[in-house]
Parts: sequence; structure tokens; C-alpha cells
Amino acid sequence: MTPMDSTSPAFKHNVDEALADAGLQRALGNVERGFVPKRRAAVDALPEFEALRDQGMAIKNHALAHLDLYLEAYEAKVVAAGGHVHYAEDAAAARDVILDICKRAGARTVTKGKSMVSEEIGLNDHLAANGIEPVETDLGEYLIQIRGEHPSHIIAPAVHLNKEDIEADFRRVHTHLPADRPLDEPTALLAEARGILRQRFLAADVGVTGANFLVAETGTSIIVTNEGNGDLTQILPRVHVVIASVEKIVPTLEDTAQILRLLARSATGQTMSVYTTLSTGPRRPEDPDGPEEYHVVILDNGRTAMLGSEFQDMLRCIRCGACINHCPVYRAIGGHAYGWVYPGPMGSVLTPALDGLDNSRHLPNASTFCGRCEAVCPMKIPLPKMLRHWREREFERHLQPATQRYGLKTWAFVASRPRLYRLATRLAAGFLGLAGRGRGRFASLPFAGGWTGHRDLPAPERSQTFSDLWRQRQNAKAGASS
Amino acid sequence: MSRDATARAAVLARIRASLGVTGGEETRRAAVAQRLAGHPAGVVPEIGGLSGAGAVTRFREQLLAAAATLSEVATAAEVPGAVAAFLAARNLPARIRRGDDPRLSAMPWSPGLVEVATGRSHGDDLVGLSHVETAVAESGTLLLVSGPDNPTTLNFLPETHVVVVDAADVVGSLEEAIGRLRRRYGAGTMPRTVNLVTGPSRSADIEQRLLYGAHGPKALHVVLVGAAPPAAAPPS
Repeated sequence: MTPMDSTSPAFKHNVDEALADAGLQRALGNVERGFVPKRRAAVDALPEFEALRDQGMAIKNHALAHLDLYLEAYEAKVVAAGGHVHYAEDAAAARDVILDICKRAGARTVTKGKSMVSEEIGLNDHLAANGIEPVETDLGEYLIQIRGEHPSHIIAPAVHLNKEDIEADFRRVHTHLPADRPLDEPTALLAEARGILRQRFLAADVGVTGANFLVAETGTSIIVTNEGNGDLTQILPRVHVVIASVEKIVPTLEDTAQILRLLARSATGQTMSVYTTLSTGPRRPEDPDGPEEYHVVILDNGRTAMLGSEFQDMLRCIRCGACINHCPVYRAIGGHAYGWVYPGPMGSVLTPALDGLDNSRHLPNASTFCGRCEAVCPMKIPLPKMLRHWREREFERHLQPATQRYGLKTWAFVASRPRLYRLATRLAAGFLGLAGRGRGRFASLPFAGGWTGHRDLPAPERSQTFSDLWRQRQNAKAGASS
Repeated sequence: MSRDATARAAVLARIRASLGVTGGEETRRAAVAQRLAGHPAGVVPEIGGLSGAGAVTRFREQLLAAAATLSEVATAAEVPGAVAAFLAARNLPARIRRGDDPRLSAMPWSPGLVEVATGRSHGDDLVGLSHVETAVAESGTLLLVSGPDNPTTLNFLPETHVVVVDAADVVGSLEEAIGRLRRRYGAGTMPRTVNLVTGPSRSADIEQRLLYGAHGPKALHVVLVGAAPPAAAPPS
């Protein structure tokens, strides 16, 4: 059962389309120009960043190892503050719990803060099918909602769009506004969205937000945003619903502070995001504003099965997006090509766990194993190692085509016999060196179409193998140092 | 069992099965109870270790770096004048809305200077005025708490948010701010909403360009009370 229809099985086709999409390629340039240098500068300005990474990792490991007990403690605090906690084993259950809350509230419109878990459970379609209008209020989420799309990035959902796309969408959808209004400046687009969404905020019956953290010590849910939409979503309607996955639990407020220092720096290069909001229960009797009802829906949807497995470390993820921003594959193909909710390295580890490896077996292969994702991950998640685990499972479960399996088996046979390996590579290097003497490269080679279809293969110089070159290099080093 | 209770039991059982635990282990329960009661602070960066004039200096820098603006007065009695001057400089009408915070109520607001309405906002106010609970020097962050004194709607609905910060309420780190909160509300207890605000609302969702005033205030102005002005601050 897939809440959001997955196109991951068509990954290779999606990639071809993404590479040929000139608009997408232009928009993707903003990822490297924007996120990467901002993160670098913010990390460099905090000498304790590495120590904080170790702290963050230890806090999450501790929370996961005691998850049952922290959940119980968290729940008791929410209830003591007058809130309600609901558990949902899967996406369908979570949708139904939220729909029931909305129905009991007599809701006609529901405003939404940005929540990837709500994407994961397919909440918007479910509400709409039941006569309740969901209104996305994060600017990026609003843009893709009016386009009928899904986010292409976990913190910048509309990063695949250029401003001309947005202008065209606003003219198409906001038909009550003068047709000749100027909209070529980003500021005009923002002002128009602000005006329209402000009315939706004031009219909404229920507000749904996600959560970056659930704090066991106090029963507090926390959202981290820059726009303030998550706040207007939760303080104006009569009912506030939080949808959060089970691993968002952290023990204490101090633990949260440690991870907050990592989150904004890793995500957008800020010291702190503009709004970090701690919500505990409904409004108090003396409060003049705030929601009268407060519900938290805690989602499992495959995560508890990752506990105790070789994928447990993935549950430390704080959804900062740094691995995505630094991934050469993501920057070439964008988020939609991955075909489901979570793109990039974190998505390629998470999607097979949540949506099944049968649907998503291409994703763990969509990596060059360059290792940048792990290097920038604030929670030190060994992403390449886990991608490799998925590849192993793919092989064990015979999910690859027969030719690929045969090729891998042959490779394994040769590679695990050093003498045979050296002989085979020497023969191959000798042959390729001779054959490629003239031009120094090959435009096509038998069995290597996957490579030569897109680029030339260089011929080995002087017919030497990698092992030969490595040995020479080591000898030269030893000679130089002695 | 109700649907909620069934799902709760199933999720907890699955967690325990995956972790290979029963939930009754004394050592695990003790570890959790100890952490919740002791809330260890972890690594507090050096930039969070400032206090007094040093903390105020860092607070000023970080506040401005986050695109907020600042004016300074020596005493609380001068706040209405500073607010009036700020509104005039921005071409805004001399009208604000604030909550019942006694620190704000005690200030000499005269109708000739600034017109004052009180209570929550319903979206018709141009300028909201709040008083912080604490301010965090490390990141230039304002910590505001919900309630009749400072209704949360004032932090988000008006286009301009003016916030009064007493220099005595500036702490070095987020951990110190949390400690103050815990002392005021009691361990494990929180007000409905705590807002940590670092600069005015913004979005980079259009081509990664930074634009201010996405949904919350377009401008955030701080009136800092009782700190020596920057020029007179001792070198740190």
C-alpha cells in the first residue's frame, strides 16, 4: 500500500526526463549556489560543531535505545497539559485519526504547516476526498499544491521551480486579481501569496503541523520554520493537530538545544531558524489566544522495524537536508526523479524501509558512494554504508535482472582470488592499452555501453593496472621518506 | 480496547520486540528517570558562555545579523518615546497593540505619543508590542511566552513587531534561557507556547532568494532597556 503513488520503479526513466529538462537544470543550480556555501560558513563559525555532532548522535542513540520509555513519559506529559496523544501504526490509520478529529471539529478548511510526514501519509488527498479542503501555507508547499505536485526537497519543496513558473501559476489560479498586475519580481509573488494565505489562516477550523522534536521531559512539540506559517497554522484555528513520526522523541529541553545548534546551520546556514516554537497542550484558561484542542498523532509506518536493525542509525535523521544539498546525484536529477516523498541520500535509505525495496530498488544504486552525505550529516548517519546494505538485500532477494546478477557473481569470483584478479586485470589493461594506443580513449566498447553511452572511456596508459600504479606510488613515497 | 489504545499497545510492543526489551528493566527505567530529572547540559559553545556586558554585546551583533533593528534606552520610562520615534521613522501610525504585561503597563504611555490597544490580535493591527521573557546572546534570539501578558497572536499577525528587552534578561546561552523557564514554570511544566524568535519572517522558496515578511512580521524591532550603549561598553 503506497499512500503517495510511487514512481520509484521508473527511476531510470525519471532520470532521463530530469536530465533533459532545461528549466529543472537551471533551478537545480540554486541548490549548490545557495545551501552549500551558507552551511560551510555557519559550520566554520562554530568551533564546537564537531563536538555537537557527537552530542547529537549520542542523544538520539540514547533516545532510540529507550524509545518505549520516553514515549510513555512524553505521553503522560501531553495528557497532563490537557492534550491528546494518538498512535498510528501505518499511513491509513494516521489519515483516519486526523480525519476523525477534523470531522468532530466540523472542519471545512484545514491549514497546514510544512510536514513531510503528512506527505508520507497522503493526508491532503484523504481530506479532500472527504470534503475538507487542505491549504498548504509554507510558500514552497503552497506553490506545489496549486501545481498538483509533490515536494522535490525536504526543506525547499519548490526548489525545482523558477520564478517564471510561479508567475504563470499565480495568474492561472488567482483569477480574482487584476490580470495586468505586475508579477515579475519575487517580492510581488511573495506579497500576493501572503495576502491570499492570510485570509486562509484566519478562516481555518483546524491547523495541522509536523514536529521537529517531541520533548519527553515536558510533553512539548517543536516546529522550526522561517516563514511563521507554522505558527499562524497552530495559534488561530480552534484545533491544533501535530503529526510526527515516532523517532522525533528527544529526552529533555537541553537535548533539544544541542540538536537545534546543528539543525539550522546544517539546513540553511542560519545560527537559529527564525521561529523555533515550543507547543505544550491547548491554551490555558487565562490565555487570550491559542488552540482549544491539541492532538498529537504519533506515526510508526515501518520505523519500529528499523530499530535494532542495520538501519537503526537512519532514525537519528533530523531532516536538515544537508545530505541532499551535497549529493552530486540529487543536484543532477532533482527530487522528483526519486519517485517518492524523501529524495537524495536520506531518501534512498529511508524509502526502501518505508515503501518496500520492491518499489525502490533503484534508489540505493543511485549513489556514487562519494561520501559527502555522511561527511556533512549533523547526526553522523553512515548513509553510504546503509545504501550498501540495501544493495546486499537487493542481491539476496534476487531483485536485479539476471545479467546483472551473473555479472556481479563473476566479478565476485574474480575479485576474491587475488592471483586471478591480477592476471585478468593485467590482460585487460594490456589489451586496452594496445587497442587504445592511437586515440587514448574509447567511444564504444562491448559490455561497457552503460559507460560509453554518455562519455569516453580513457585507455590505460602504458597498459598498467591500478594495482601497478598504486605499488609504484607507494614505492615512490617510501623512497622519498627514507 | 479503543482504536487508540490498540494502536498504542501495538507500537510499544513493536518497539520492545525490535529492541529486545520488555520495558520493565530497572536499569533502563533508571537511566530515563535520571536523564529527565537531571537534564544534563551537554556542550555549550564558548559563544554561549558570555554574561553581563559581553552577553549584551553579542546579543546586539546577532540581533542585527538576523536582520532585526535596535534602539536603546536607559530606563523603562523612555520606552514609549523610543517606540514613537521608531514608528515615525517608519512612517507608521502611532498606534500599537500589546498585552497586559505589568512591565509594559507601568510605562508612561500617553495618547498624545502612542495610542495603545490591549489584548490579542485578530489580524487588524499594524504594530504589535511584546516584552521578552529572556533574550539569548548566543544567537540573538528573543524568548516570548504565551498568556494574557503577551498574547502569541501579537508575535505573528501584525506586520511590525516591536519587542522590549531588559538588559538584565539577556542570558548567554539557550541552556540558560531553558533554566530560567524551568524556574518560572516548574520542572517539566511549560506555558502553551514558547516562541524563540530570531529576526523577522523570511522565505527563500522562490529561487533561493532571501525575502522578508513571508507570513509573520516583515520587520522586527527591539528596544533594549538599561544596557550601556555599545560605544561605552568595555572592550571584551
